[in-house]
Amino acid sequence: MSDHAPANRKVKTVIDGREIEVARDTWALDAAAKLKIRIPTLCHHAALTPYGACRLCVVEVTKGKSTWLTTACDLPIREGLSICTNSPAVLAARRMTLELLWAQAPASEEIQALAREMGIAKPRFAARGDGENRCILCGLCVRACEQLGAGGAIGFTRRGVERTVDSPFGGQATLCIGCGSCLAVCPTGHIRGIDRAGQRRMSTWHTEMEMAACESCGALFAPLRQLEHLRPRLAEHIPIVKVCPACRRAKAAKETTLPARPGAALIRNTRK
Amino acid sequence: MAPTNLQTQAPVDLAAADAVIDSYQADKSWLVMILQDIQEAYNYLPQPVLEHVAVRLALTPSHVYRVATFYASFSLTRRGRHLILICDGTACHLRGAENLQEELTRRLGVAPGQTTADGLFTLETVACLGACALAPVMMIDGTYFGKLTSEKIVAALERFAAKEAPDA
Ligand code: SF4
Ligand code: FES
Ligand code: FES
Repeated sequence: MSDHAPANRKVKTVIDGREIEVARDTWALDAAAKLKIRIPTLCHHAALTPYGACRLCVVEVTKGKSTWLTTACDLPIREGLSICTNSPAVLAARRMTLELLWAQAPASEEIQALAREMGIAKPRFAARGDGENRCILCGLCVRACEQLGAGGAIGFTRRGVERTVDSPFGGQATLCIGCGSCLAVCPTGHIRGIDRAGQRRMSTWHTEMEMAACESCGALFAPLRQLEHLRPRLAEHIPIVKVCPACRRAKAAKETTLPARPGAALIRNTRK
Repeated sequence: MAPTNLQTQAPVDLAAADAVIDSYQADKSWLVMILQDIQEAYNYLPQPVLEHVAVRLALTPSHVYRVATFYASFSLTRRGRHLILICDGTACHLRGAENLQEELTRRLGVAPGQTTADGLFTLETVACLGACALAPVMMIDGTYFGKLTSEKIVAALERFAAKEAPDA
């Protein structure tokens, strides 16, 4: 395979019988999206590096005489690949994966909904542990923290069947800045957090921190620690944010005509 | 819920950890070896020491915690003075390791992963000690006991218990 090809070289691929030309090394998932072909995902987020953990995005790939199942989110498109997203083998593998995820995270309503969507009425495999688990170990929260948030406030622990996502020593995540990225990306509702009484609490990581008030409308809009975290990372000409997103939008709206909702909740948890 | 790492901890002397870290020039690529040496010095990996390692190596606490909990050979709780590893790898399993482990459990009164009340022995199972030709095998503090039998277990336990002079 010509691995020295220029990065921006275009290659042709076939997805579900339709041909498309994309830049070499485009993720198969993104190439499919260009054709409006939806592949189910759980551990994928456009803002984060692919990880290939949940296996839900499985597709069938053919090159020459070889055909194999693999994950689309971390499959770079190269010359001569043809991809099928809904062959019987794909659907069977995806279904089995979801049944296993259901056993892993039996308490996750999100997983249950996905299962029902796929026509799986009830779990086939015994629930793991006490049946209360919601985490599928997809690693989205860990990547979000690493790549968007504080950087390594939380992480994986142990291994094999004992693997978990946790704060260091299961205690307070001392580096947490309360940005809530982990909660926002978690696909299964495992991570808990709430804004209450001027504080943001990330219950799952045992952290709690003070919120900053918008200089314009007074609404509490971000943890002080998050703003402090951003300060040294902003270019010199960008002042540290002191105004909530809604007021910033309202200001921008004056120039356009869009309505804004000052004080709109930024993080929300429906469960507690 | 009270975060566990805010609970009062017995103060730990960090000097031994610093000596280990210095001997590796505080280079984070040696993390696993550093943790091995620290465990040897402290008998286990105390949380305050791990937090100190993170600071000294410029790693996040969660990185150090992840590595420390990944390897079965690391322990985050205090272990007995002597570590008994009973092998339950394929070769040893086929040669009756299960019975021998039960024998150890019966004699010591602890299951694998536990430490005797007198703090003398910690019993753990491992998935191969790399001495399959001697199966079944157990190891106490780095010493191999091959072609293991109940009689050999009794003798070995007595030998290590006797090492503990009354003044120890
Ligand atoms: S807590 Fe959520 S985001 Fe993190 S690994 Fe588990 S399922 Fe994924
Ligand atoms: S989305 Fe591809 S493996 Fe999870
Ligand atoms: S299986 Fe026991 S030493 Fe290898």
